[in-house]
Amino acid sequence: MNRQTPIARTSGAPLRPDLAAIAEMIPPGARVLDIGCGDGSLLEYLVRVKNVDGRGLELSQQNVNQCVARGLSVVQGDADTDLSEYPSGVFDIVILSQTIQATRHPSHVLRDLLRIGKRIIVSFPNFGHWRIRLSLLLTGRMPVTRTLGHAWHDTPNIHLCTIADFLSLAQAAGAHIEKALALINNQRTRPMQPNAWGPNLFAEGAIFLLAKGERSEGRPNQ
Amino acid sequence: MSDAASPRFFRPLTAPAENPGHVLELGPEQPLVLDSGKRLAPFTIAYMTYGTLNAARSNAVLVCHALSGDQFVASTHPLTGKPGWWNYVVGPGRPIDTNRFFVICANVVGGCMGTTGPSEIDPSTGEPYGLTFPIVTIRDMVRAQAMLVDALGIEQLLCVLGGSMGGMQVLQWAASYPERVYSAMPIATAARHSAQNIAFHEVGRQAIMADPDWKGGDYALAGVKPSKGLAVARMAAHITYLSEAALQRKFGRELHDRNALSFGFDADFQIESYLRHQGMTFVDRFDANSYLYITRAMDYFDLAADYGGVLAEAFRGTKTRFCLVSFTSDWLFPTSENKRIAHALNAAAANVSFVEIESDRGHDAFLLDEPELFDTISGFVGAAASVKGIG
Repeated sequence: MNRQTPIARTSGAPLRPDLAAIAEMIPPGARVLDIGCGDGSLLEYLVRVKNVDGRGLELSQQNVNQCVARGLSVVQGDADTDLSEYPSGVFDIVILSQTIQATRHPSHVLRDLLRIGKRIIVSFPNFGHWRIRLSLLLTGRMPVTRTLGHAWHDTPNIHLCTIADFLSLAQAAGAHIEKALALINNQRTRPMQPNAWGPNLFAEGAIFLLAKGERSEGRPNQ
Repeated sequence: MSDAASPRFFRPLTAPAENPGHVLELGPEQPLVLDSGKRLAPFTIAYMTYGTLNAARSNAVLVCHALSGDQFVASTHPLTGKPGWWNYVVGPGRPIDTNRFFVICANVVGGCMGTTGPSEIDPSTGEPYGLTFPIVTIRDMVRAQAMLVDALGIEQLLCVLGGSMGGMQVLQWAASYPERVYSAMPIATAARHSAQNIAFHEVGRQAIMADPDWKGGDYALAGVKPSKGLAVARMAAHITYLSEAALQRKFGRELHDRNALSFGFDADFQIESYLRHQGMTFVDRFDANSYLYITRAMDYFDLAADYGGVLAEAFRGTKTRFCLVSFTSDWLFPTSENKRIAHALNAAAANVSFVEIESDRGHDAFLLDEPELFDTISGFVGAAASVKGIG
């Protein structure tokens, strides 16, 4: 049904498929905080095309300087330590794209995100993908794949997880899932049942749109 | 060097007529109400403008100068003949492009380049104010600038920017007149002057006051200048604007004009001769009493103190876009102080960017050729201009 995510573009360069899927979830004009915004390509797209009031937090000073020179509002900071200073509920959407696995305390970060944003979007590589499972089984070594290209000793990804693992964390943090997408072959996204076994085996990554648990009141099925 | 070496000859520190810039005279009916409770009237604001104000009056950029700066941000200094202090940043095709923006820079209250300060004549006595000039604060400087911006018929400034004490004024502008500041760029600054910075200023002031030619501040009446004291103040301050690494790189232990140590107290080392030169040239363009007043204004600056000690409260509900800039080797206004402002702005949910630029040139880096600073300024101001629809 959702055959191919349309390729979003900003200043000529196509947006990566997972970023394009995130962009699609964001309503125009929203107040957005992009944590770990990197070189700012998603943020720039959101500001230019979706007309959002966008901010970024980025660990690498070099990336921050590039973002600001591009006209984006970005602060150098660390998701592990600097989220506590943001006031509650000021952002419509907080994005944590491909970053949670690199934080020291994913559960603290997730709770802070849920506090700061009315909704949050979290994307991460799925360590439960069959290729990774097979690689570990067959070689007996920590898998190095195209998505996770670092050797075990120099990877920034210190807290890798599977879709099933993330689901438990999100539930423990009192989040409820509004939307879940599977990233297939790093090329397209499609809706998934996050607690089914299939996506956890076949999706290379996942994107979740979450909201605070209080919002799920009146939804007994959650 | 030659004039400064003979401080006995008093030379009035007023700009020669060839390029004095503009002057706004405010009469007794428009006093400047100071934080001290005193009123300054009449008073004069000397300022420069560059570029053209557009019909919508929406392209005005206010540049705030630092302690020893002045309104000659992008034009030849009338006393020294040197290029404007921020020529790299302001001008046609520069990061603050004067083909696009209308740039204003005013000499601060208490200064000595045409705006009313301690070296001006007190109309009530017919003599220079000297130490009878009231103590001024950063907020007083900003109040005076707001009166100038009013007089120019500008409702909102597209950007207010400045480094060091200029950055303090930017923060004060954003706190006092949030609706008049569309975007703000405080560079290499702090929301409060630290104990160490107050200490350095006190050394400078004591050097001036220890000069017998200071005469309790009344040196103008006696036809002398406390040049030695002011030069020492400048020498001490100048060290704080540099970094250990830059001093080592530039001077090391190199000797000045000699092959061997003199076994005396001449300027044996290049760094000594450099500092002496900095001190001596400074007295040609700066007034000693102004130096006392302006350093005091910086010492008194503590933005959070006006808001119950909580810096974020100074920016509560602000719609201003902020971009903070610091330099890695700046130990006078270190990254940590700038970051403190960024944290407060985050806590106020403000739109804020924060850039730290790698440089070994210390605090002075903001005045120098730093391409990363220029990219940051043009990116930030350019984004503000495009959101406001300024071509």
